[in-house]
Amino acid sequence: MAEPGTEWWASESFWRKCAIFVTAFMALVLVLLTFHTLTVIAAGSEAGRVPAYSVINHRIGYEFDDERNHMVPVIGPVAPLFGEALDEEAARALVDHGKLTVQARNCMNCHTLLGNGAYYAPDLTKAWLDPGWGNEQARELLMTMFLKDPPANARTFGTGRRMPNPHLTDDEVRAVIAYLKWMSAIDTNGFPSGFTPLPQGDLRGDAS
Amino acid sequence: MTLGGINYHELSFAQRLSVKYFTVAMVLFLAQMLFGLLAGAQFLWPDFLFGVLDFNVNRMVHINAMVVWMLYGFIGSIFWLVEDESGVPLVGPRIAEATFWVLTLAVTVVVVVYLVVQSGPGNQWTLWLINEGREYIEAPRWADIGIVLCMVAIFYNVAGTFVAGRWSGISGVLVLDLIALAGLYLAGMFYTTNLPMDQYWWWWVIHLWVEATWEVLVGCIMAWGLIKTLGARRRIVTTWLYIEVALMFGSGILGLGHHYFWIGTPEYWLGIGGFFSALEPIPLVAMVVHAVYDAGRHSFRSNNHPALAWLIAHAFGNFLGAGVWGFMQTLPQINMYTHGTQWSSSHGHLAFFGAYTTIVVAFIYLAIQRLRGDVWMSAGMDGAWRWKWALALLHIGMVGMSIALLIAGYEQSFVERAVGGSTWQAYFAGQTQPWFVQAMWWRMAFGVLMTAGLVLLLVDFLRAGAQETRPIKSLALPQAAAAGG
Ligand code: HEC
Ligand code: HEM
Ligand code: HEM
Ligand SMILES: [Fe+2]
Repeated sequence: MAEPGTEWWASESFWRKCAIFVTAFMALVLVLLTFHTLTVIAAGSEAGRVPAYSVINHRIGYEFDDERNHMVPVIGPVAPLFGEALDEEAARALVDHGKLTVQARNCMNCHTLLGNGAYYAPDLTKAWLDPGWGNEQARELLMTMFLKDPPANARTFGTGRRMPNPHLTDDEVRAVIAYLKWMSAIDTNGFPSGFTPLPQGDLRGDAS
Repeated sequence: MTLGGINYHELSFAQRLSVKYFTVAMVLFLAQMLFGLLAGAQFLWPDFLFGVLDFNVNRMVHINAMVVWMLYGFIGSIFWLVEDESGVPLVGPRIAEATFWVLTLAVTVVVVVYLVVQSGPGNQWTLWLINEGREYIEAPRWADIGIVLCMVAIFYNVAGTFVAGRWSGISGVLVLDLIALAGLYLAGMFYTTNLPMDQYWWWWVIHLWVEATWEVLVGCIMAWGLIKTLGARRRIVTTWLYIEVALMFGSGILGLGHHYFWIGTPEYWLGIGGFFSALEPIPLVAMVVHAVYDAGRHSFRSNNHPALAWLIAHAFGNFLGAGVWGFMQTLPQINMYTHGTQWSSSHGHLAFFGAYTTIVVAFIYLAIQRLRGDVWMSAGMDGAWRWKWALALLHIGMVGMSIALLIAGYEQSFVERAVGGSTWQAYFAGQTQPWFVQAMWWRMAFGVLMTAGLVLLLVDFLRAGAQETRPIKSLALPQAAAAGG
């Protein structure tokens, strides 16, 4: 149904139909993919990409996977956060409090999480595994101290760029650390590439 | 109408409302720049305002002011063209007026709370009242709900006016696109503990806004603008608009996948996201071709040179900032290293400026011409140096800043990501490299240049066409010339 003097492929009606069809088709594909992705990324789903919240009861490692050709998180033996094992619901509540705190204090306008956010401060995706904490024994204490008073524990590597004190309560500090621990166990297809974790304890044994 | 005077009261109701939207937009644009300067300065002098106005607060105001002023610019443009395009007056003037004041009041309260209260305890109340802590859409939940209600009211006015009057290809696309745009905002309005889930939906808002629905919205505005500034033929412009919609949605909807490489989402997004987002520059090339073709075909004969110049800037800026700068980092093999570095910032700046600042500025020039009683606004008008210098300073500043950030991004991807593996220490190893440090200084210098350009632009908005007494030249080209050219 081309306008007089116009080839069908240059006509308004042809392109209107194209626009409608293409948009509807692409939107449909996106919706279908979304249904699938949402089941995969549910916390603790079988796909194992996003761990259950109770993963904070375990040692979390980071190892090279030959088949996938990049680093992947490995969930090791029991090693409860702050020495206190939590059931799934209590773990979820703790991580939830951590995430709420991170949103309420607007950490993402300085830091990136999973690479998204701001570029003024280090990426926190693998903060739990960062070699900067020295070793597994010192880590919980050092993280707590740092988050309780970042300016007093500043490192800044010669930049003078300190993190301001977010004035977290003790509960908030523990929750934030739980959130960071859980986050470090998310399978991010190898991002950030080449990340070397702090010296890791046994990842295959039965108990810590 | 007095030529060169202020003819505010001769404007139609909807156009007076546009002037209000544009005014607030420009105030927020200035605020955006100032808070950008503060945030940029903190890279250079980290103790500056430390503990008072921290980087995260400045950055939040910077990017929120941007999102809001651009939306104000779009709404202003839509109110400006809705009566002309539909042929009837606005259906709900009182609602439209009230919506403007409610929305503006809400925006003011949100910004004041950002600056004064800044953050709160880690619970839902903070998310409802102070800050949601999610980049670009930090506005607290109460404001989200308010914004959605205002959008419904605006939508009622726009769609209702077209229903009461006549429909066209442009208005049809516009109305459907507005539904999608407002609907997508809902995807960013809930809380979940699950971070990958959170970011999955967050990108629906951010990506499907700027790389799909906003692009099509400005496509509609551009189409109307080309008809007005150049007298381009409606059938050709509308056909182009459909082509752009097909290409934009055809690539941009699944192009969303380029944000799903590393957030815990399944591996198939590496392929889907990489492939479709790599196609996204195609519609942007098509828009350049379209604009240049139309401008050339009408021998750049325009009655509003500043508007035409900014429309052309839009076509090129969109292509370069979104198309080229986006493409550079959109394949997963590259994005693995550039993700979340100053590359993203470089691209974010050039794309938002090139695609959206330009079109809003162009439209404001169209509005000013009418406000000044349809005066002659071409190259030779009084004080034309102002708009030319403003355009030059803003562009030199933005391009310079983006190149500085790109150099910083290259360096950061290499030193922090590829070599250092993105640890705390590697991050700072990147930040202390001389090239990075110098780039931060250049960003600042170009930012100051841009701010000067913006001040000049705002002065020009107040003065353009003021001393002019020549009337607009009718543009409707003789039909034969148009058909033959
Ligand atoms: C104003 C910007 C800013 C804000 C807001 C901010 N940080 Fe930081 N953060 C920094 C800077 C800068 C560093 C590096 C500090 C240093 O080296 O001394 C840092 C370091 C860190 C580290 C250690 C780095 C690593 O890789 O492990 C952690 C953990 C951290 N921040 C968590 C948080 C959390 C949680 C929040 C929100 C409650 C937050 N930050 C808010 C700027 C910020
Ligand atoms: C006008 C249109 C566009 C605008 C306004 C825009 C803006 C942005 C912004 C602001 C970001 C950073 C988001 C953040 O804060 O995390 C971003 C990221 C990104 N954009 Fe665009 N963009 C546009 C078009 C495009 C196009 C056409 C492409 C691809 C061809 C593209 C590719 C990307 C990629 C790959 C990222 C992710 C960067 C990262 O991994 O950190 N963009 N975009
Ligand atoms: C005076 C000029 C400006 C300065 C100094 C400036 C500075 C900054 C700074 C320091 C950041 C934070 C980047 C980071 O997290 O490391 C930022 C982010 C951002 N700015 Fe600007 N800015 C300016 C103008 C603009 C303009 C004109 C626009 C768009 C029209 C813009 C859009 C953005 C965007 C989209 C982001 C988020 C980028 C991302 O997350 O990738 N800025 N700006
Ligand atoms: Fe995108």
